[in-house]
Amino acid sequence: MTTLMAILIGTFYAAAIYMMLRRSVVKLVIGLILLSNAANLLIFTVAGMDRGIPPLIPKGELLIEGPAADPLAQAVILTSIVIGFGVLAFAVVLIHRACEVVQTDDMNEMKGTD
Amino acid sequence: MDLEVLVALPIIIPLLLGALSLTVLSNHSAQRWLGAIGTALLLICSVWLLLHTREVGIQVLEVGSWPAPFGIVLVSDMLGAIMVVLASITGFATALYSLKTVRKRFERFGYYPLLHLLLAGVNGAFLTGDIFNLYVWFEVLLVASFALLILGGERAQMEGAIKYVTLNLLSSALFLTAIGLTYGLVGTLNMADIAVKMASLEDQKMVTVIASLFLIAFAIKAAAFPLFFWLPASYHTPQVAVSAIFAGLLTKVGVYALYRVFTLIFTADTGFTHEILLWIAIFTMLTGVLGAAAQFEVRRILSFHIISQIGYMILGLALFTPLALIGGVFYIMHHIIVKANLFLVAGLMYRLGGSFELKKLGGLYRNHPGLAVLFLIPALSLAGVPPLSGFFAKFILIKAGVEAGAWWAVGIALLVGLLTLFSMIKIWNEAFWKASPEPNPAVPAPTRNALLYWTIGLLAAMTVCIGLFAQPIYQMAEMAAAQLLNPAGYIEAVLGGTTP
Amino acid sequence: MKPRRFNMRSLILNTGSSLLLPLLVLFSLFLLLRGHDEPGGGFIGGLVAAAAVALKLFAEDYKAARDMLRVHPLQLVGIGLVLAAVASLPPLFVGESFFTAQWWSLDLPIFGELKLSTPLLFDIGVFLGVIGTVLTVVFTLAEAEHS
Repeated sequence: MTTLMAILIGTFYAAAIYMMLRRSVVKLVIGLILLSNAANLLIFTVAGMDRGIPPLIPKGELLIEGPAADPLAQAVILTSIVIGFGVLAFAVVLIHRACEVVQTDDMNEMKGTD
Repeated sequence: MDLEVLVALPIIIPLLLGALSLTVLSNHSAQRWLGAIGTALLLICSVWLLLHTREVGIQVLEVGSWPAPFGIVLVSDMLGAIMVVLASITGFATALYSLKTVRKRFERFGYYPLLHLLLAGVNGAFLTGDIFNLYVWFEVLLVASFALLILGGERAQMEGAIKYVTLNLLSSALFLTAIGLTYGLVGTLNMADIAVKMASLEDQKMVTVIASLFLIAFAIKAAAFPLFFWLPASYHTPQVAVSAIFAGLLTKVGVYALYRVFTLIFTADTGFTHEILLWIAIFTMLTGVLGAAAQFEVRRILSFHIISQIGYMILGLALFTPLALIGGVFYIMHHIIVKANLFLVAGLMYRLGGSFELKKLGGLYRNHPGLAVLFLIPALSLAGVPPLSGFFAKFILIKAGVEAGAWWAVGIALLVGLLTLFSMIKIWNEAFWKASPEPNPAVPAPTRNALLYWTIGLLAAMTVCIGLFAQPIYQMAEMAAAQLLNPAGYIEAVLGGTTP
Repeated sequence: MKPRRFNMRSLILNTGSSLLLPLLVLFSLFLLLRGHDEPGGGFIGGLVAAAAVALKLFAEDYKAARDMLRVHPLQLVGIGLVLAAVASLPPLFVGESFFTAQWWSLDLPIFGELKLSTPLLFDIGVFLGVIGTVLTVVFTLAEAEHS
């Protein structure tokens, strides 16, 4: 399973980089989304893919019985999903505006400040 | 117990200020007051934190009473505290400068809340002791900087912002990947705990891989060679006050992160990582200054100089001797103030001369001799002319380079200093000395610039003071470097000596 | 690019949304309060509430959605952040570390015990912050289509 996930994550990274290297800014955003998803999947995989119960302590007890999933990795992924969501929402607005202002979505036309 | 909260204040004050200014979004004067007075308060608290840290030693705050390494800790060591003070100085100067320069239109779009949010993110990054929390603060300051960068919505800003956003998001993704691999390897996110567990691993190959990932991620943020091109493409596009705070602080957060992880965590294989850092430093210095030589727009010249200065700071880390680290910390202290100041001066040049292009400027010395003096102080300091702050910073670094026998680095550093002087003289000759190309009646020179002069003068006075009173500043840098070179002190302060 | 008018008026969506809206808002509050010690919380609640306003936007138009919210979404972010930041301060007054959770319980005559805490305050802050952030993005995009 871990091997499969590793291949999947590698594909994600590769696809993300490929999309980011295209000329269209829309594909650039798709690349960025794939990239953040790849990183999240990576954390999910390296934190250990065990079959555990949800890490919630039942009412009235102090410990979880049996193997539980690692809550820290979940918290990290959740946080980075939220951050990625916010940042990408911003990127979409930015690109929408940029396309309106520059009148193109071709990265090669956006060289005015280089 | 009582003073522990001091560590959190530099984060919580700007957050609260930002939130409060958001709630009074339509009341512009309230926002301005919150900006000026709030950042002054932040500055006072930061200086207090620095003095306290200098007296008592490394301060640790366990957020929410969760003990390290399980909870998030805020740590204030000398380096962190110094950086927070510098950030607060820059924030205060920018807020003052913004009072007169930021248009109502931008205030309505939330200029001040974004400024506070940026400061909260920067201070958070300097104070956190948790690697994932560092990532979160990076993102906070990034989001704030994205929005500040495109306030105004002009074409150049959009084009610059796309490059800025893309490269910084790429860097964030690499940073997150590195955090994921770190967690997979050692199962903790507390930096002190990571340092302990990484050192005890048998197989150091994976550690080096992770170190390289961190290196690339932070080098992009710091605008180091070869991935620096987002900086000169974007930094000259926004408002001058925004450019100033970006120039002063943002890349330095990347440099700080490099200093933190490569002195605390990745110290086992310095032959590999610090050798790479050395070459990065050399090329960063060189490409930055050569890029500046080809430019004829004041803000673009200054942007390229940020890159070459980053090279010096990384050089301090790369040499990794006590003197070199002192030099690096000293350099950061000098650079943040000087660089922010130069951008503010450029803004005033634009107000008085009507352009950022050197060809269209001229005669500023004849008409505004005060501005000419205020330009010369930071400009000569940047180039390293004694007795200003830049001289001591460069001197310490070059002495460290000679002692370490890094002759290439020393030679390049000297050459780059010379070329920086050339660049500054170019601005001086074109903008200040030569006669004005044409009488420019079309631009009504705004009056009432006293506040702007005061802001610039304040920063210039700091530059002079760092030069004249180099000894106490040097001692602080020495303490910071000593703490960096002895990570055991940091680890013990965080984990309480009981390493699990 | 030619700006297109926002035109998604559909009778079904329009009628459905007026029924769905109160339910969504209630559900978001339920999620917010449930997040106390079970899955849920301010973030997910905020998303649901923001979705309710976005539904209004799709069913009617930009102006109706803005009127429904009454305040500027950025002000909501501000209030939320103030609440979240203030939630970190109470422990300082009882001599505990910054951000330590504080619990108070009130005995109300009819409803029974009411548990108040700083995490709840923080969650409400997150709730408002998320609504504000999401709606700022949505409104910015809608505004671009609108004008």
